[in-house]
Amino acid sequence: MSADHPMAGVAPEPGVHKPDPVLISNGLQRSFGGLHAVDIDHLEIQRHTVTSLIGPNGAGKTTLFNLLTGFDKPDAGEWHLDGGALVGIAAFRVARRGMVRTFQLTRSLARLTVMDNMLVAAKDNEGEGLWGSLTGGWHATERANEQRASGLLVRFGLDHMANEYAGGLSGGQRKLLEMARALMMEPEVVMLDEPMAGVNPVLTQSLLSHITGLRDGGKTVVFVEHDMDVVQEISDWVIVMAQGRVIAEGPPEIIAKNPAVIDAYLGAHHGEAAE
Amino acid sequence: MDWASVLVDGILATIGPITAAYAISAIGLNLQFGYAGLLNFGHVAFMLVGAYGTAITVDLGGPLWLGIIVGILAAALLGLLLGLPTLRLRADYLAITTIAAAEVIRLLVRSSWAQPLTNGVFGIQGFADSFFDLNPFPPSQLYGIGSLIVTGRKLWVMLVGWTLVMLLTLLIRRLIKSPWGRVLKAIREDEDATISLGKNVFAYKLQALMIGGSIAGIAGILLAVEQQNVTPDAYLPKITFILYVIVILGGAGTILGPVVGAVVFQFLFFTIDALMVNAQANIGWVGDLLTPAAAGQIKLVLVGVGMMVLMIFRPQGVLGNREEVLIDER
Ligand SMILES: Nc1ncnc2c1ncn2[C@@H]1O[C@H](COP(=O)(O)OP(=O)(O)O)[C@@H](O)[C@H]1O
Ligand SMILES: [Mg+2]
Repeated sequence: MSADHPMAGVAPEPGVHKPDPVLISNGLQRSFGGLHAVDIDHLEIQRHTVTSLIGPNGAGKTTLFNLLTGFDKPDAGEWHLDGGALVGIAAFRVARRGMVRTFQLTRSLARLTVMDNMLVAAKDNEGEGLWGSLTGGWHATERANEQRASGLLVRFGLDHMANEYAGGLSGGQRKLLEMARALMMEPEVVMLDEPMAGVNPVLTQSLLSHITGLRDGGKTVVFVEHDMDVVQEISDWVIVMAQGRVIAEGPPEIIAKNPAVIDAYLGAHHGEAAE
Repeated sequence: MDWASVLVDGILATIGPITAAYAISAIGLNLQFGYAGLLNFGHVAFMLVGAYGTAITVDLGGPLWLGIIVGILAAALLGLLLGLPTLRLRADYLAITTIAAAEVIRLLVRSSWAQPLTNGVFGIQGFADSFFDLNPFPPSQLYGIGSLIVTGRKLWVMLVGWTLVMLLTLLIRRLIKSPWGRVLKAIREDEDATISLGKNVFAYKLQALMIGGSIAGIAGILLAVEQQNVTPDAYLPKITFILYVIVILGGAGTILGPVVGAVVFQFLFFTIDALMVNAQANIGWVGDLLTPAAAGQIKLVLVGVGMMVLMIFRPQGVLGNREEVLIDER
């Protein structure tokens, strides 16, 4: 890591303070029965970085995503996006505030076209209100959204599929579509839950370049990934979870050498099948 | 065997006001089920509430136009009451709640407790005189071409009914082809994904339930006005299931599907009905084999077989898009 890197000088320890955090959580807890799925004292995500979230299956990564984005309610804790408290805020409002997530199991809107998948994600379309839809007057917004969607589809190599049903895409193309669709919302923070799972190696490379592209375009990316090589390649920072806790965080090259991580994550991971 | 009269009976029933009312009710159900993916298994209750809202208002001395407004608003209110507690929960909660509510409402309306208002099992009659006062056609004069003849009274209800079908179809078309309709379809495909895109899914589902419910209310009012009669036992759960058959037959999630479905269903139903009656009366061995009542039973079997054949060859319905049906939910 070069000295002018935003994370230079940040100590590689769990819960460390970052120079410019976009997301801060305190005392976040969620249990299912007796199982502490998430139990994190303090966590910060640095703005404009790619932060990888790793850990063995069942570590609580998806649950953490669900909590932060309002899809699940914590038993305790509070968290802020850009200074705004998100406790008790409905998931759709969290998305509107600029934190958009994707799902571990891809969720394309199968019987909508690829273009409609994109358009439905656009914000502030007056035609989405009941009254606005009847009175018309939304066509100008729609044209502008179509332009933006076309640009994104070109960027993600999906433009030739714009008028196909999303249900007809391959698994990898759906992952791309889900990412492109999230960008239609012009989010500040993009949370990707295993975007690379089940994607062939060629597409993986293209997904990776999209992820770094997002950061370079001024977004903050948090993503869950199993493959340590991938994590090494693109992360600015790595957070390691095991059994609901953050057991380590730091720059990728340091995390790779951390004995606790090798023990809890890499050792376990190499022995088991992927999710 | 009089084939011509079988066909004439079938066609007359198909173009009649009852088909128009079923088409309207199916338009409402299609908005809920075909576009928003809502499982409303108590659709008939919205028709009941619409019809009784109108009948009771007139019975209490109100004008018919006010009764119609009351009926439509009452149906929308029913949607609100059923939707508020259930639409945040899993889809099956709405299904269970609506199927139960529909029966509870019907039993309530026919109970002696509600009798002062609803007149119990006997229902309310003769509340639509002012609608027939507006009829420009002499009510007992006959209109038609060839053997397709209707009375002026029926022509008037048909005209109003099919005009409503057209207007409501245009309304749904405008809604569905707008961004609002696109969000509805997104919800049908995947609620969580739609939430993750910043849409207030609950509000959309509630709107779809209320609008679809009001449209069913209009259908109920049309039927009640046509018959000048409301009785609780006309609103059995089987009506809801016939409406699902109509929506799926015509093509769920298509704009004209409910109308085509209603026409095809009614044509099949009444033509086979006329066929059985005719065969029972005119063909010796059929008459020996079947009583008129048994012929009625066999009619239902034949209608069922007809539906099955259609679904086997066109699982997407008459108007549906085969490609959409073949998309697997990976
Ligand atoms: N809805 C739920 N009900 C019960 N247990 C759950 C639920 N969601 C997650 N868990 C449990 O919480 C733990 C963390 O799961 P998850 O967050 O999906 O892990 P990861 O995404 O890191 O693989 C697992 O043990 C899982 O079985
Ligand atoms: Mg997971």
